[in-house]
Amino acid sequence: MTTVTATPTDDRVAVRPLAARFLGRPEVGALIGASAVAVLFFSVAPAFRHVANVGTILYGSSTIGIMAVAVALLMIGGEFDLSAGVAVTSSGLAAAHTAWYFGLNVWAGILFALVFSLAIGAFNGWLLFRTGLPSFLVTLGSFFVLQGANLALTRLIAGGVSSNSLNDMDGFNSAKAVFASSFTLGSVTVEIPVVYWAVLTLIASVLLLRTRYGNWIFSAGGDPAAARAVGVPVVATKIALFMGIGFCAWLMGMHNLFKYNNVQSGQGVGNEFIYIIAAVIGGCLLTGGYGSVVGATVGALIFGMTQLGISYAGWDPDWFKTFLGIMLIAATLVNLYVKKKADAR
Amino acid sequence: MTMQGETRQQDPILELKDVGKRYGNIHALRGVNITVRQGEVTCVLGDNGAGKSTLIKIVSGLHDYTEGSMSLSGIVRRFGSPRIAQALGIATVYQDLALAPLMSVWRNFFLANEIRKGPFLDIPTMKRVCGEELTKMGIVIPDLDRAVGSLSGGQRQVIAIARAIYFGARVIILDEPTAALGVKQSGVVLKYIAKARDAGLGVIFITHNPHHAYLVGNHFVILKLGHVVLDAHRDELTLDQLTAEMAGGDELAELSHELRGVQPGKVVAPHAVEHGGIPAPDGAPSGEA
Repeated sequence: MTTVTATPTDDRVAVRPLAARFLGRPEVGALIGASAVAVLFFSVAPAFRHVANVGTILYGSSTIGIMAVAVALLMIGGEFDLSAGVAVTSSGLAAAHTAWYFGLNVWAGILFALVFSLAIGAFNGWLLFRTGLPSFLVTLGSFFVLQGANLALTRLIAGGVSSNSLNDMDGFNSAKAVFASSFTLGSVTVEIPVVYWAVLTLIASVLLLRTRYGNWIFSAGGDPAAARAVGVPVVATKIALFMGIGFCAWLMGMHNLFKYNNVQSGQGVGNEFIYIIAAVIGGCLLTGGYGSVVGATVGALIFGMTQLGISYAGWDPDWFKTFLGIMLIAATLVNLYVKKKADAR
Repeated sequence: MTMQGETRQQDPILELKDVGKRYGNIHALRGVNITVRQGEVTCVLGDNGAGKSTLIKIVSGLHDYTEGSMSLSGIVRRFGSPRIAQALGIATVYQDLALAPLMSVWRNFFLANEIRKGPFLDIPTMKRVCGEELTKMGIVIPDLDRAVGSLSGGQRQVIAIARAIYFGARVIILDEPTAALGVKQSGVVLKYIAKARDAGLGVIFITHNPHHAYLVGNHFVILKLGHVVLDAHRDELTLDQLTAEMAGGDELAELSHELRGVQPGKVVAPHAVEHGGIPAPDGAPSGEA
């Protein structure tokens, strides 16, 4: 028997090379996908190369990205929100109807919509915790409730399928400046949601990776029983995540309201899946506990590039959804492959 | 030991009086009286289904009790959640370890006890402390960013134990900490149990291995079908008695009598056996032990 000199290192576990560490990051698949899409449209669509169109592409991406950030956090926390798409419309309608029906300052409507959106989020989270049902079912329920209420209440209050225009009411101009203005940066027109999107990405990313709340999100999604056992307030964490969806839905709802002066009551249906697609392309696992906010933001960028790239390239825009579906599956496969390579012991 | 006289007079840190727990129709625990003192190791032994897990779930705050009372430092408590139990200084190593597999080693180590600098995590300090604590336990994981799920069972066990020892302020509970470990790692864990005792913690060591229990225990409690069937101090008990009690005392004697008929050591020529071709042992259907 030989005695090994007492170095306590376990030489069976090699330090992972830098490349493997990089490939082990959840957003890598999305970055590869984004580069591929960018290269594709750069080569086939001349208009895609115009610097001025960067603003348009970013704007299209931001309308998905703002929600995708919140949806990514929620998915890392192990839950879905199928009501996220219509919640945007509900929030816009809540502001519009409140301000118009009571003849209030527009800001009163905006404030009411914020409370309303946060309350929907909190209610979703609370119902999930009370019933123990999967979030897929709970939010499928709230999705239909909101969708119906959007249509019915709009017909009742405004007598049609869109809210009444607010553009002659007190506070409209200041609200438009806050939620739906734009400015130019060189030759690029930057719509304000792009700024909100960037700020939200930064805040959510720091929250997830650099605060204890982020630690709780990862654990609540990865293994809720373990998280609870070591003292993580799992229920409160998840309710807060649903309220985050409410906040982002409010921000996006206000943008839609003040960009077009009114809201169509049937809007938003189906968008919840696009947010989920962006988050999944960005490396979020459907089972929770793993993912990245930056990845979801890149996923939203892929969405924006594809949407405009297809029309710049002169292709039939009917193919857009097909393209999106292929992207989703391809990105998931890349993520899976990369994760396997990186995790190989 | 000269200390024993003093420590036995000391007030218990944790005292369970007639504690019981019902899950609907099932009475998992009945009339359990246990006292845990700081600076002592209280071993809870029992076979599968004896109620050991229910007991630690009550003490660690995962479940509430339905009968009796539990007091910590003389104050009757009901822990609403494990977070409250932890805040009161009770740390637990669960049998399933309670580690999130996709999270890194250091994030798991500090989960729910994060060190912060202002609002942000103090990651360098957490990694350093985590590395130091694991090295003390005899394992070195060169990359603390590695996901816990990619580590071996023994390494995971050690992480969970190191975490509880680091954060346990007054009481630490270890649920079958040696069940998944080899001889050497078990030795390290038992030494740590002794260290935690020397540091003045109250240690609750749950195991079904009387040999491990007797190596470190001051006080032994045997559970059987939800009841306490033995509650004895080390002075009143030898290892053989503990093993015998653990195995069911008289039942063991009967079992060994019955097993005499199987002729241990007998070798039979190899045969292929048809499905269901092995007959029931003599007397098995009648069921009487």
